[in-house]
Amino acid sequence: MGPVNRKTLFKDSRSDLFTYLGVILAFIVITMLKNRGALNRSQSGLLVPICCYIVMAVSLNLTVGILGDLSLGHAGFMSVGAFTGIITSMSLIDIIPSAPIRLTIAIFVGAFFASIVGFLVGIPVLRLKGDYLAIVTLAFGEILKELITCLIVGFDSKGLHIIFNVSGSKTANDLNLLEGGRVIIKGAQGATGTKTIANFTAGFILVMITLVIVLNLIRSRHGRAIMAIRDNRIAAESVGIPLTKFKMIAFVTSTALAGAAGALFGLNYSNLAAAKFDFNTSILVLVFVVLGGLGNIWGSILATVVLYILPEALRGFASYRMLIYAIVLILVMLTTNNPVLKSLFSRWSFRGNKQESEGGSNG
Amino acid sequence: MKFLAYLVSGISLGSIYAIIALGYTMVYGIAKMMNFAHGDVIMVGGYISFIAANYWGLPTVVSIVIAMLVCTMLGIVIEGLAYRPLRSAPSLAVLITAIGVSYFLQNSALLIWGANPKAYTPVVSGTLRLFQGQLSISYVSMVTVAACIIIMIALTLFTSRTRMGKAMRACSEDKGAAQLMGINVNFTISLTFAIGSALAAVAGVLLCSFSPTLMPTTGSMPGIKAFTAAVFGGIGSIPGAFLGGILLGVIESLARGYISTQLSNSIVFAVLIIILLVRPAGLLGKNVQEKV
Amino acid sequence: MAKKETVLVPMPSVNMIPERDSDKSPVLECINLGISFGGLKAVENFNIALGRTEISGLIGPNGAGKTSVFNLLTKVYEPTEGTILLEGKDTKSLSTAQVNQAGIARTFQNIRLFQNLSVEDNVKIAMNAQMKYSLLSSILRLPSYWKEERVAHERAMELLSIFNMQDLGDAKAGSLPYGAQRRLEIVRAMATNPSILLLDEPAAGMNPSETTELMENIQRIRDTFHIAILLIEHDMNLVMNICEGIAVMNFGRIIAKGTPSQIQANPVVIEAYLGKKKEAGA
Repeated sequence: MGPVNRKTLFKDSRSDLFTYLGVILAFIVITMLKNRGALNRSQSGLLVPICCYIVMAVSLNLTVGILGDLSLGHAGFMSVGAFTGIITSMSLIDIIPSAPIRLTIAIFVGAFFASIVGFLVGIPVLRLKGDYLAIVTLAFGEILKELITCLIVGFDSKGLHIIFNVSGSKTANDLNLLEGGRVIIKGAQGATGTKTIANFTAGFILVMITLVIVLNLIRSRHGRAIMAIRDNRIAAESVGIPLTKFKMIAFVTSTALAGAAGALFGLNYSNLAAAKFDFNTSILVLVFVVLGGLGNIWGSILATVVLYILPEALRGFASYRMLIYAIVLILVMLTTNNPVLKSLFSRWSFRGNKQESEGGSNG
Repeated sequence: MKFLAYLVSGISLGSIYAIIALGYTMVYGIAKMMNFAHGDVIMVGGYISFIAANYWGLPTVVSIVIAMLVCTMLGIVIEGLAYRPLRSAPSLAVLITAIGVSYFLQNSALLIWGANPKAYTPVVSGTLRLFQGQLSISYVSMVTVAACIIIMIALTLFTSRTRMGKAMRACSEDKGAAQLMGINVNFTISLTFAIGSALAAVAGVLLCSFSPTLMPTTGSMPGIKAFTAAVFGGIGSIPGAFLGGILLGVIESLARGYISTQLSNSIVFAVLIIILLVRPAGLLGKNVQEKV
Repeated sequence: MAKKETVLVPMPSVNMIPERDSDKSPVLECINLGISFGGLKAVENFNIALGRTEISGLIGPNGAGKTSVFNLLTKVYEPTEGTILLEGKDTKSLSTAQVNQAGIARTFQNIRLFQNLSVEDNVKIAMNAQMKYSLLSSILRLPSYWKEERVAHERAMELLSIFNMQDLGDAKAGSLPYGAQRRLEIVRAMATNPSILLLDEPAAGMNPSETTELMENIQRIRDTFHIAILLIEHDMNLVMNICEGIAVMNFGRIIAKGTPSQIQANPVVIEAYLGKKKEAGA
């Protein structure tokens, strides 16, 4: 092993290290502020959702920035994780009284189911390209939302009861729960009466795990293969990279992490409807990813924190805040992407992946 | 008879989707971008015609013309301020900007007109009853379908026969080459946005006549579905957008009637996914093989 | 379009293999290979056999179908007729990636590097099939990850040193000068351990001294790795100097095959390149 080797392997790890340290530092500072009572209720209420959205943004960056496929349905996988996580936690409430253990199990179950759905969705989706792929992920996101809206789920001593309410005429009473049973999900109303067990520490741990998974993946042969597909599909195939396998690895990992984020998110609210995870939520996360920089994991974290807090910070402007948010969004895109303005703000480099280079074939 | 009723309502809903999809597909064809703000231009069109008719007491036709003019201006302004500076930017940046414009329009509407739904007065009232009243077709439906067909034919003629239309097709094929042939690319793109937005205003009026509640978010879902319709028919293709819109409306209406109201959107999207898997470029789209 | 009567020289399918390889089976054989795009026959009746360590050239005017042959061999296009035998095995059921793993590597006429990745990563990506550590090892950085990454790094540096590029490992591939990008493509192709290397206009855009260096390097690659090389090139100096066998294409067909001296003297080839000489009095 030569000296160059040490240097290269170390250099990658060093930039990752800064990311980890930054997140740990932020966690320590915020926890200290919280313990001193420096955060008010609405501020500390933002902590868990911010962690969830960081995980969402980092995982979506894996699909959009690293794999290079635009997904507009990421919230759908979050909702799969959220509701399977809620069902798991609420079903185990008597068997496993310890909240941290139950939360851990719920997150794993959420990630597992989201990855299964991700795999099934990936089979058709990953065969498509560009805007067609985008519109199909959007379609799947909406389908997942509506399917969950039809779910009525309850739990009693005999186990889980699930009704799929296609006609829209069934209610929780149709579950015929035994004495002591509880209704977990009530169709369009969503999950009600969920025992909230999510907390900031769990959110921090999930963010760290996500970072380890995504950053280590990027620096491995798998990650390189995924980025090769993004940069030049045909060249990647020509050097022996099987497209489907590596696209699937990226997509399923991304959806599993979205599921984990969803489970944590779901267990942070006592009431949660499937409608929360609609197209707008997918777009919200996409905005974090694009503003943070495609393929830039640290950027995703930063953009999520800033953009999630921004509307809250603008609360003083009341009804103008979303308007300001929209204007900020447009201005940031213009300043970072217009050639003229970009040269003025050259520090803000937008790491867009190059479109496949076109060119005539000769012969 | 029930089937016929679903079919009729599907076709008229589909006609609205088709009109929106025509605007979408033209803009996509030339600017190669998903203009997510298109749905919100529909909403603006709805509000303007509502205000012109109800507050200023203008005749219906005048209110529609005013809505079209305002939306045309709006489309040109949006393109000039938000999209033109990003013409050479990565497509994702343009997409996010379009989303920003969409938020901007929705929230401006919220500030100006409030969150409360407005009860829209349909542009024409009354229904035609057939088969001893077993099948009723509202005049709005008939106007919608007629408007859609007229617009489709007019657009087809415009793009294939006129100088401007040919310039538009040239730009959608290759902007650089079009410019070298003396075509004013910026003007052509502006014109496309103008036409697309004027169509959005018409769609807004018809949409609000069809389901008469008007809110700042009225345009989003129909906008997304119309985009789906455009993809469905083969994006960039005018007959494709028409076919896609009508089919989408009919599928939605039948799904709502026979399968489930709750899952009607899912069924529409599921059909879209299946179509794209069988024909990756949509029903009437051209499949272009990548050169190596 | 193709003129049938242009076949003036005999075309046995195994006529290009140099003597030193003649006792071994050909590494690559095409039998009546062809593809048509909606009725237009881009390549037809393409027959060729390449020796184990042969450097051969595919030449012909623009639009003759040379790159299409490469696309057929690497399965970017699915052949509509004929057979490709790689080491005697039919590649019919293989995908582009599988064909590469079976031994065909290529470069592209219009450079296709992984632009946003480093030079070293470009090479390492091509070694993916030789690296075995699992997804779990990737994520948890298990010992197998470190071990194989170390090996891969050393091998990447070794391969880059063919073209004296070992110091450019950290540079972004897209930022390299044009000539270096072409060389990197060759290194990347070599990293897949091919038994045959297809080079699509390797000297395009190079100045004469760069071309001379390239010629030496192509021969060195063949001598070091004992592989066959098939190249498309318009630079006749390069082709005539390093190719042992040459096939000339026009209108999707092979119109002549032979050694450089045979090709240079072939009237059909001269006609394809320079046009038909007007006959006296016509």
